[in-house]
Amino acid sequence: MISGFAFDVSHMLAGLLVLVSFAMLYQDRLYAVINVLALHAFVLAISVAWQAHIQHAPHLYITALIALGFKAIAIPMALRRMVFRLGIHREIETVVSIGLTMLAGIAMVALSLMVMLPVTAHVDPVAREDISLALSVVLIGLLMMVTRRNAVSQVAGFLSLENGVNLAATGAQGMPLVVEISVAFSILIAFIVVGIFLFRIRERFDTVDLEALDRFRGERR
Amino acid sequence: MIALPLGCIVLLMTLALVGAVVARTASGGRIVYGGSLAISLALLLIALLSIGGGSSTVTLPLGLPWIGARFQLDPLAAFFLVVVGLGSAGASYYALGYGRHEPEPQRVLPFYPAFLAGLTLVVVAADAFSFLFAWELMSLASWALVMSHDREPGNANAGFVYIVMASFSGLALLLCFGLLAGATGDFSFAAMQAAHPSPGIAALALVLALIGAGSKAGVVPLHAWLPLAHPAAPSHVSALMSGVMTKVAVYGFIRIVFDLLGAPTWWGGVIVLAVGGITAVLGVLYALMEHDLKRLLAYHTVENIGIIFIGLGLALAFGANLLPAAAALALTAALFHVFNHSVFKSLLFFGSGAVLTATGERDMDHLGGLIHRMPKTAFAFLIGCIAISALPPLNGFVSEWLTFQAILLHPDLPQWGLKLAIPADGALLALSAALAAACFVKAFGVTFLGRARTRVAADAREVDGYSTNAMFVFAALCLLAGIFPGAVIDLLAPVTQALTGAHMPKQLDVAWLSIVPVETARSSYNGLLVLVFVTISASLGVLAIHRFASHALRRAPAWDCGFPDPRPQTQYTAGSFAQPIRRVYGAVVFRAHDTVTMPPPGATAPASIEKHIADPIWDALYAPIAAAVWWMSQALNHLQFLTIRRYLGFVFAALVILLLALALWQ
Repeated sequence: MISGFAFDVSHMLAGLLVLVSFAMLYQDRLYAVINVLALHAFVLAISVAWQAHIQHAPHLYITALIALGFKAIAIPMALRRMVFRLGIHREIETVVSIGLTMLAGIAMVALSLMVMLPVTAHVDPVAREDISLALSVVLIGLLMMVTRRNAVSQVAGFLSLENGVNLAATGAQGMPLVVEISVAFSILIAFIVVGIFLFRIRERFDTVDLEALDRFRGERR
Repeated sequence: MIALPLGCIVLLMTLALVGAVVARTASGGRIVYGGSLAISLALLLIALLSIGGGSSTVTLPLGLPWIGARFQLDPLAAFFLVVVGLGSAGASYYALGYGRHEPEPQRVLPFYPAFLAGLTLVVVAADAFSFLFAWELMSLASWALVMSHDREPGNANAGFVYIVMASFSGLALLLCFGLLAGATGDFSFAAMQAAHPSPGIAALALVLALIGAGSKAGVVPLHAWLPLAHPAAPSHVSALMSGVMTKVAVYGFIRIVFDLLGAPTWWGGVIVLAVGGITAVLGVLYALMEHDLKRLLAYHTVENIGIIFIGLGLALAFGANLLPAAAALALTAALFHVFNHSVFKSLLFFGSGAVLTATGERDMDHLGGLIHRMPKTAFAFLIGCIAISALPPLNGFVSEWLTFQAILLHPDLPQWGLKLAIPADGALLALSAALAAACFVKAFGVTFLGRARTRVAADAREVDGYSTNAMFVFAALCLLAGIFPGAVIDLLAPVTQALTGAHMPKQLDVAWLSIVPVETARSSYNGLLVLVFVTISASLGVLAIHRFASHALRRAPAWDCGFPDPRPQTQYTAGSFAQPIRRVYGAVVFRAHDTVTMPPPGATAPASIEKHIADPIWDALYAPIAAAVWWMSQALNHLQFLTIRRYLGFVFAALVILLLALALWQ
């Protein structure tokens, strides 16, 4: 059985991930968003490594390494280069005001706790807390994608969402490594595709503001 | 035994591929139709040999990996295989001649063998997956054939209505099988037979089977595609769709309701009886209003499907009350009518195809006098008309007479619902038979008798030998099945034995080829005797007329034998023939009325008469549904033009709402 300490630490790391998600929601500059995204992935890596430790599942260390290498280092660096080359390192505009977004984020956390805690009443307590917190990370990531207008911050929202999925999967004990690796690769591919698209959009419209796309499609908002 | 029909199906699918290759060559039609003819005859032979034997099953590793594909040849499947084999052999032989006039053979030849394969596959399928696959193959192949002349006005619309109705029927059957498979999820027919669904599930499955198979068979109010699709398809395909495909749909209904559903219920019988009676009468009333030959035949298919469903409803009612002998009689009547209708409806569609080839016209009001130009076609068509009008000594009479014999057994039933419903159905059946006779007097009289109304009708020529031979063979089958009904009834004995637990007494043992459905004291029928009587009395009549009238010399008086006006337009038309019936029934059912516009005195404008006929089912059922779908798609149309963020927002909102519902619900 898992000791109280192990439980507390894993709980704390998951909570930290939610906190970092909120931090990301608060940022309104692209560089800051990317930094917070790196931190997000870093916390995830620690959390996964801790799970590997307490579950005695060595393959989860590989998951943690993937999270650290890809998501905490490689992707943020690439994003930063992208932002620099696109020349959009100034302020990003949010659609809804920051305060309201934060309140909505709090509501998301409450909702995911309300949903998950009764459903998972009979499972392992570590997995239980992990899953409910992971759902809030997913919801906040989605909220980020909905409220932001800039394509790069939408990518950041998407990646943080994926981190939430990862957290849930590692907490649930027994996710096969092959699934994890394939998910990591699909994220990488998605990232590459999005990157290429960003440059293509930028080439054509001189901006990565999604409103330009909407205007191009001739639609009213 | 099951391996042989499966081999035939493989051959047919191969032939479909060959058809795609050779379609543009000169001998493509001969290869495809000749091959189809050979395979259909083989199927017919296999079916006839295996109808008395037991059932043989096979499981092939095809289709979904964990289900496999099961096939079965039991007496019921064998009987319907007889219908399929006979109908497709006839249509293929007919098409050897008719198909030469096809302007675009590459749009018919690849799909024709595929359609035959679909028809065969439905009959031998023994699990829900194979059945539905075959059902859809049948629908899609026939849809492609309906669309083969899509540039003619109305045909694209016909194809659209047909594919919508076909998808709807597939959906209903899918739900039905889903219910029957139940929680175990075993889709094989054997497992469904073994399971005993609860009464609620059984009722729902019965209704879904009636909707699913019925919309393919043409049960009112789901018949809307028949009068559209049958005229659109080439005539040999119309013959197959009307004569065989609707029967395969009836097979689906029998398989589900009599075989898979378990013990029948009496109220299920009431539902089927009501649907059958309404279908029979409305089908023939629609047909009477029609003056397009193929549409008229399509509506008669609706009527005959109604008659078949009356028989099936009776079998359910008797079976539910543990009267197996009566149930076997009713089921025999229904299956006999299935066979008969497939024969004479194929014959009639062949005839209408011959008329179409010779004149290019389907509108009866542009025809007339064809008996002089196309005597062979006219003779065969007349036999078909007599058969479908249920006149002795032909086959249509026997099956309807057997249905009436079953109806006359209704006092044995305890439920008052059935005691009231069955005589009412008997009255509807009698009415529809009489109206059908009137309708075919109109169809034959206006098309083949009198004088030609147009130049094309006057210039018509008899069609090729393949077409006339096909018609003669089917006409001979009508006569043979009418004179020797005992042979058919005995052939059906294993089928009814398997489905109702009883069969009719052996008829070939009865002296002088009579048939005795229940007992000699109640009723018996002898087709041969009627044939002899009809032949002798008609010969005597003809002799007497010629003796006393024809040879008596007369100078033609000025009165002109009712033809004072030499123009053919003054003849009786299809519309004028149907007018009394339109007045009696149409005023209520179709809100039919005539408007006469008389110009004021002195004006030079011509007077006109217009007849207005509304289609109550289309107006009350299909039009509102179409309007609702149109309105909804208009309302949802602007969802196509949202921003990316709104789409994301929709996903997010949907997720949050679902989670909220989950949180509040628990």
